[in-house]
Amino acid sequence: MDNLLKVAPSPHVHSGDSVAKNMVRVIVALLPAYAVALYSFGVGALVVSLTAMASCVLFEYLIQRFLLKGKCTINNYSALLTGLLLSFNLPSNLPWWIVVIGSAVAIGIGKMCFGGLGNNPFNPALVGRVFLLFSFPVQMTTWPRPLGWASSYLDAETMATPLSLIKGGKLNELPDVLNMFLANTPGSLGEISALALLVGGIYLLATKVITWHIPVSILLTVAAFSAILYGIDPTVYPLPHVYLLSGGMMLGAIFMATDYVTSPMTHRGMLIYGFFIGIITMIIRVWGVYPEGMSFAILIMNAFTPIINKYVKPKRFGRVTKK
Amino acid sequence: MNIILISVIVLGVVGIFSATILYFAAQKFKVEEDARIDEIEAVLPGANCGGCGYPGCRGFADACVRSLEGKLCPVGGSAVMNKVAAILGAEVSAADPMVAVVRCQGSCEHRAKTNRYDGAKSCAIASALYAGETGCSFGCFGLGDCVGACQFGAIAMGADGLPVVDDDKCTACGACVKACPKNIIELRKKGPKSRRIYVGCVNKDKGVVTRKACSVGCIGCMKCQKECPFEAITVENNCAYIDFTKCRLCRKCVAVCPTHAIVEKNFPPKKEVSEQV
Amino acid sequence: MRTFKIGGIHPNDAKLSAGVAIEVMPLPLQVSIPVAQHIGAPATVVVAKGDKVKAGTLIAQATGFVSANVHSSVSGTVAKIDNEPDASGNRRQVVVIDVEGDEWEENVDLKGDFKRTFNLSSEEIIAKIKDAGIVGMGGATFPTHVKLMPPPGKVAEVLIINAVECEPYLTSDHALMLEHADEVLIGVQLLMRAAKVNRAMIGIENNKKDAIKLLQEKASKLIGIEICPLRMKYPQGSEKQLIDALIGRQVPSGALPIEVGAIVQNVGTAYAVYETIVKNKPLVERIVTVTGQSLAQPKNVLVRIGTPMSALIAFAGGMPENTGKVIAGGPMMGRAVVNVDAPIQKGSSGILLMPEALSERVEMDNCIRCGKCVSVCCMGLQPYLLMNLVEKKMWQEAEQEAVYDCLECGSCSFTCPAHRPLLDYIRYGKSTVMRIMRERSAKK
Repeated sequence: MDNLLKVAPSPHVHSGDSVAKNMVRVIVALLPAYAVALYSFGVGALVVSLTAMASCVLFEYLIQRFLLKGKCTINNYSALLTGLLLSFNLPSNLPWWIVVIGSAVAIGIGKMCFGGLGNNPFNPALVGRVFLLFSFPVQMTTWPRPLGWASSYLDAETMATPLSLIKGGKLNELPDVLNMFLANTPGSLGEISALALLVGGIYLLATKVITWHIPVSILLTVAAFSAILYGIDPTVYPLPHVYLLSGGMMLGAIFMATDYVTSPMTHRGMLIYGFFIGIITMIIRVWGVYPEGMSFAILIMNAFTPIINKYVKPKRFGRVTKK
Repeated sequence: MNIILISVIVLGVVGIFSATILYFAAQKFKVEEDARIDEIEAVLPGANCGGCGYPGCRGFADACVRSLEGKLCPVGGSAVMNKVAAILGAEVSAADPMVAVVRCQGSCEHRAKTNRYDGAKSCAIASALYAGETGCSFGCFGLGDCVGACQFGAIAMGADGLPVVDDDKCTACGACVKACPKNIIELRKKGPKSRRIYVGCVNKDKGVVTRKACSVGCIGCMKCQKECPFEAITVENNCAYIDFTKCRLCRKCVAVCPTHAIVEKNFPPKKEVSEQV
Repeated sequence: MRTFKIGGIHPNDAKLSAGVAIEVMPLPLQVSIPVAQHIGAPATVVVAKGDKVKAGTLIAQATGFVSANVHSSVSGTVAKIDNEPDASGNRRQVVVIDVEGDEWEENVDLKGDFKRTFNLSSEEIIAKIKDAGIVGMGGATFPTHVKLMPPPGKVAEVLIINAVECEPYLTSDHALMLEHADEVLIGVQLLMRAAKVNRAMIGIENNKKDAIKLLQEKASKLIGIEICPLRMKYPQGSEKQLIDALIGRQVPSGALPIEVGAIVQNVGTAYAVYETIVKNKPLVERIVTVTGQSLAQPKNVLVRIGTPMSALIAFAGGMPENTGKVIAGGPMMGRAVVNVDAPIQKGSSGILLMPEALSERVEMDNCIRCGKCVSVCCMGLQPYLLMNLVEKKMWQEAEQEAVYDCLECGSCSFTCPAHRPLLDYIRYGKSTVMRIMRERSAKK
């Protein structure tokens, strides 16, 4: 480099934060849940997650290189994260080629066709998941029993998730709280252990990657909603904690809804966004066709994020309200 | 069969009824507009560049209908204005075609860098911050605000870090002139066969200072002003300016300029010009 | 502990020269004193080439109300009056003086009796401040006498002394408080009298515990002066944020602090007022922090105005080999220097030498809409949106989003994980929008 003095407008220092750092932190926060997934579903979890991550990174690289002809963006780890999150939303006995299709949709349609990271209106991993849910409804809704390394990849023994039990009215067959908390229930890869996800969430809060607003407002809304339902008819509706601990609730509230790009910018906006995710999720869970509504709720609210950003502004300093 | 008949009749009646309402509404709320506006708009380039100072081509057409005086479409030039005049049944004086000219030759080779700019890539931002990357506080920043402002793709950054105007594409709309925070770009007469002479420098510093900063800067030595037979050149604030309405392209100033700050464009290689005027 | 409510960041404060005693810089061979060292109209030169001047001689007279006198900081001969490049490379008028000896104007009493009681009226104090050319020493350089004269109908209730020094690296105010606590407090009392208030609050950030303790001890005997420790947060040294932190009132957009009954003065200004009233000494020297990670001896130095920065850097051990950027002021709001021979001015609080490795900006990425800029903006603006609007030159929308409220504190650029130069664009948008607004009100 030359010896000339550099000149730039202030500020001349930076916090040292970077996009890659944030992505890596989220990946680190997902590791406990990933470990639980590997422990519970064995080789299936490994195949699905590795396929998803590898294909997401590959698709991003290829699209950026040959279609968009921009600089290589896989080194900010966002594609890796998308792959991991996508696999967390898939059952562990999904054939690998379906996972590849899901990754292609997540990266290609969910993200790159809008111009890459930062420009996508919808959460890419959820776009991929919902696409698969519509395209392969059978494969996407048969969940294997968590039997650890004993379970086989494609011919695993399947069983109903807590949410489908509720839907079927079989409240007495629900697993107990501890099992739901510690991952002894069937479900998608990453959603089975509320404990592991909460540990990750606490890490994200501690490293200031996310703020409390979105997860707390979602969980509180769901808790309040289900408490009211339980109050109305305890024989049809389970206790609130079942809704909180089952399905994609924790994964969605902590990791999917808090995605920077597709969530509102202001804290008040985040609270509104979280509230409506909670409401929509519960409406789908209780009255919808699908047993789980988290992905739909998040995608629907993603669509409202620009409007929230437009109308929910931060409180300005010295703004006199009376005039 | 009945069903088909009934649907045809019902739809037909509804259609006729609505059409009648629409017809009367259209009559009632009709906006009177000069038909010539459409005609003029049709002959205008349609780029809506705003170079004329009116909101788009239709706005310009509307203004032309009211009065043609002083109106010029910088994109279409006199050819288009003649057509407009024909539509309005008036005459326009043919204006000279203009072109944007970059009045700085301070490439890296001629103007050594004294620091390195590391901020946002925008001339406006850099110019608000400080004097520039070189000892010359008047010259081009080379960050390309003019390139971004040009809607016709007529400006590109050259290899030497200075913007280059493509004479054929330039429509003299003036967007780059407004975009340049240093007022380096000027609209000048294109000249016969695109031949023109201008001072490629806007530095108002004293000669000593300019010379130190840049080897092709105008040092305000007055030689060109004395040499010019047509009084087209004035030196003000240590910087020469050639009035293109007076310049006859004799090229005498080019020869006397000690720093080669005066630029001649598109002339054939210089032969011995006869001294007789 | 108090602090302001909206936004703010916590940069590494890196006060390398904290607790280092103030050293007096030897006189340079030549000083070059700019006539515009303040906000407002440049002063008019009243000396000519060849004139003999003494330290304290008036060399440029204030032109108009918002302007300030400029005095010679040394004794010697006026060598030239010319336009010379300032720190940013722009040519500004300066008076260059060759230094000969160190003789002061006769009425300057360098020893200065240590007085505590004065029978001067408010107007007399303000007049003396005006004559001495005192400006805000925190960096904004707004003429002090203007600030002390509230517009008709407005009454000041409290004088706020800004001793926050929230800029990383800078320690000149800290050093001043440690070594001249009594003088500062007398200066504060004088300012209270000038502003006709009987209450003063000195806001100090909690990273200067020794200064807080010292001042609290000394101020305990004085009536009406309160020392207020503040929780560390940048930009607490901004006038509006400091008022919010101390008295919990928010200055409305576009208004001055007097609107909420406050007058804010820098602690350095209070010291300068003391020097003027007690010693009859105009503002000709100030304390400057010379600092940087690779610098041999980070220091707090008492420097005559007009001394070249390069001389000061040499005094602190010379420019380190790996210097990539020289900053006049702190790293958050200071300006990058092009010309290190430019003079120290009334508002120069520090010189920061940044090593090469820290001076390059990282290439920017797409905005990932994380909202961090929104949450750190202390004015409650949306920096990401403003940058987009300015990039697209959508001035009307930028005005609706109150781009003119921006303090230029730099918290947004500091915090952006995508390294977007938010403030670069916002500053440009702010100046453009404010110009448009001025033109509009001029038309009416």
